[in-house]
Amino acid sequence: MCECGNDKAKVSELDAILARHRGEQGSLIPVLQEVQAAQGYISREAIEAVSAALKIPATEIYGVATFYAQFHLTPRGRHVVRVCQGTACHVRGAAKILEAMQKELGIGPGETTEDLRFTLEPVACLGCCGLAPVMMINENTHGRLTPDGIADILAQYE
Amino acid sequence: MEIFRAHVLVCGGTGCTSGGSPRIKALLEEELAKNGLEKEVNLVVTGCHGLCEMGPLVIVYPEGTMYVHVQPEDVSDIVSEHLLKGRIVERLLYKEPVTAERVPHYGDLPFYHKQERLVLRNCGYINPEVIEEYIGRDGYAALAKALAEMTPDEVIQEVLDAGLRGRGGAGFPTGLKWNFCRKAKGEPKYIVCNGDEGDPGAFMDRSILEGDPHRVLEGMAIGAYAIGASKAVIYVRAEYPLAVRRLHLAVKKAEEMGLLGDNILGTDFSLHIDIKEGAGAFVCGEETALLASIMGQRGMPWPRPPFPAVSGLWGKPTNINNVETWANIPDIILRGADWFASMGTEKCKGTKVFALTGNVQNTGLVEVPMGISMREIIYDIGGGVPNGKKFKAVQIGGPSGGCLPESQLDLGVDYESLTGAGAIMGSGGLVVMDEDTCIVDVARFFLSFTRAESCGKCTPCREGIMRMLEILDRISAGEGRMEDLDLLEKTAHIIQDTSLCGLGQTAPNPILSTLRYFRDEYVAHIKDQRCPAGVCTALLTYYIKPELCRGCTACTKVCPTGAITGERKAVHVIDPEKCIKCGACAERCPFDAIVQA
Repeated sequence: MCECGNDKAKVSELDAILARHRGEQGSLIPVLQEVQAAQGYISREAIEAVSAALKIPATEIYGVATFYAQFHLTPRGRHVVRVCQGTACHVRGAAKILEAMQKELGIGPGETTEDLRFTLEPVACLGCCGLAPVMMINENTHGRLTPDGIADILAQYE
Repeated sequence: MEIFRAHVLVCGGTGCTSGGSPRIKALLEEELAKNGLEKEVNLVVTGCHGLCEMGPLVIVYPEGTMYVHVQPEDVSDIVSEHLLKGRIVERLLYKEPVTAERVPHYGDLPFYHKQERLVLRNCGYINPEVIEEYIGRDGYAALAKALAEMTPDEVIQEVLDAGLRGRGGAGFPTGLKWNFCRKAKGEPKYIVCNGDEGDPGAFMDRSILEGDPHRVLEGMAIGAYAIGASKAVIYVRAEYPLAVRRLHLAVKKAEEMGLLGDNILGTDFSLHIDIKEGAGAFVCGEETALLASIMGQRGMPWPRPPFPAVSGLWGKPTNINNVETWANIPDIILRGADWFASMGTEKCKGTKVFALTGNVQNTGLVEVPMGISMREIIYDIGGGVPNGKKFKAVQIGGPSGGCLPESQLDLGVDYESLTGAGAIMGSGGLVVMDEDTCIVDVARFFLSFTRAESCGKCTPCREGIMRMLEILDRISAGEGRMEDLDLLEKTAHIIQDTSLCGLGQTAPNPILSTLRYFRDEYVAHIKDQRCPAGVCTALLTYYIKPELCRGCTACTKVCPTGAITGERKAVHVIDPEKCIKCGACAERCPFDAIVQA
């Protein structure tokens, strides 16, 4: 079994997160959000540690983690590309953008490139419909996309 | 306090920011310093102005001159011409599309003419990160008035008299909701702000939270006082990082000034506001699912009763309103119920913010009095459909809304009229679609959204939406049967009647409204095997018009399947067996010889 989730730095990181939320009602989702922000994804080891600390069965945590689109149980790319498939983007050609992105990255929706550089994620709506079609890379919004412009934008992210 | 002779407002909304407004702001700063103007001209980053289509936007006061599509190379002109010499930079002004006239004053833009900006009053006008700017625009005066001059019952009565109805979609009277929670037994009581704006095509709550966060906080504080709540939670989408950051900052500043926290304004009223980030589930916009999510569970709705007003967060009385509803409260208290009720229709008072998007000239956020017609919104404010295309439908109310045709455009928008027409107010998304949009494809798009977002708890929603989607898939693949249409209608009604929460109850709306207004298009897909808008790929065939083809071979090079054959300088032919209908050849052809049939 992979031991990478067990090294000391990760364990103390986890302890710090759990300590911050000790005694807080309904802390499971914020804890998972912070774990993911710190470690990139939610590992099995993290679920077990959170389960022990919050006294919530691991199955229930797994249930919550798989319910919400935000949580990931496998490692993710350094840059997360969220291509909007919302209504406004749809009528302005979002499907073609997603297709071009898949071709450019060589991966399908929800997948991560082998070098862990990019994860591709279609999302329902980013709430900047005025810029349709639109995508977010990490926390940056890129709007009024054209299939031809995709490569140039990706090149900005190493 | 410093006095400035001019204020330069740079839009820091999400649209303009991604269009490069941070760079514009940095360059303006540099340029102002270079000209020694930094003590005379105040540079402010504001929230969204709503006219996202024209961004990045820069507005110069006192004149109120609006510059659109400002690029880095334009900055030195704005400073040297406008701010130094007092001459307006004509070429950066908004150009009226019909008359081609330049419009120098912000307020004269047709986009703003028919708008009535109450909730959005400060958006784009103040710096949302500076609490003093909000206070300078009568901010927190309503809270002071409520605490000093009004009893909680009087506050509720004022909101009831104003006739404010929930802006989250269902339109339940806000005062009534507050009263239920006030009368419920249990301590402490909670109030919740629903900022889980998940409707594709809606972004008003985002703009309010980003552009004027204190307005929401003030509304919540007034509501908490009226209801008797001491704890509050704002549930906001994690996809809105700027809104999350500004909310944290706003709460901190308000607490430092004694406007939130313990003993607000020296009274014995206290309110603590927590901010929770959503984790990405559309169903959490439903109030009981949202509460489950705040409590750290899977966001699944529960059957009502018990209503949250009786047993909500941690089993305590809880009142939930959405962002726009809370943002309406301060003005109602400060300016009175009569003033508020003077706007709108008999049953729907005040204004509504709509997110106008899709195939329309001016995309952006618009705030209009209730009862205005959709035609006015789309044509007078939105500037109509661009590129000379014909209007086909407007989809209103998000994925659970309906598609309305041209014949319904003169309908005045309010909760009742829209429901009667087969749509819903929803959160106020208005997506305009032109003649190139396939109605079957649109219905399929919405269903695949609601199918993916159904939480799976109740059978009608989980299974029913799936079955309807399968039928639509079949129709758009050219394998539909005429009896499918009746089956769709029947299934839709069952799902409406038997689903547990709003998601399932409204998910069939796109099907029912398109069957009602655009039945012909379904029939064309089934009987004629034809997609009139040319969208459903299975029903398309591409062919090369021999009279236009010059034999340049450009199409053969881009065809991924080698379906096109022909010698150089001879007419080319597409083999329909090999063609996968990707359209690459048609896009590439320099002579427009390749067409869909």
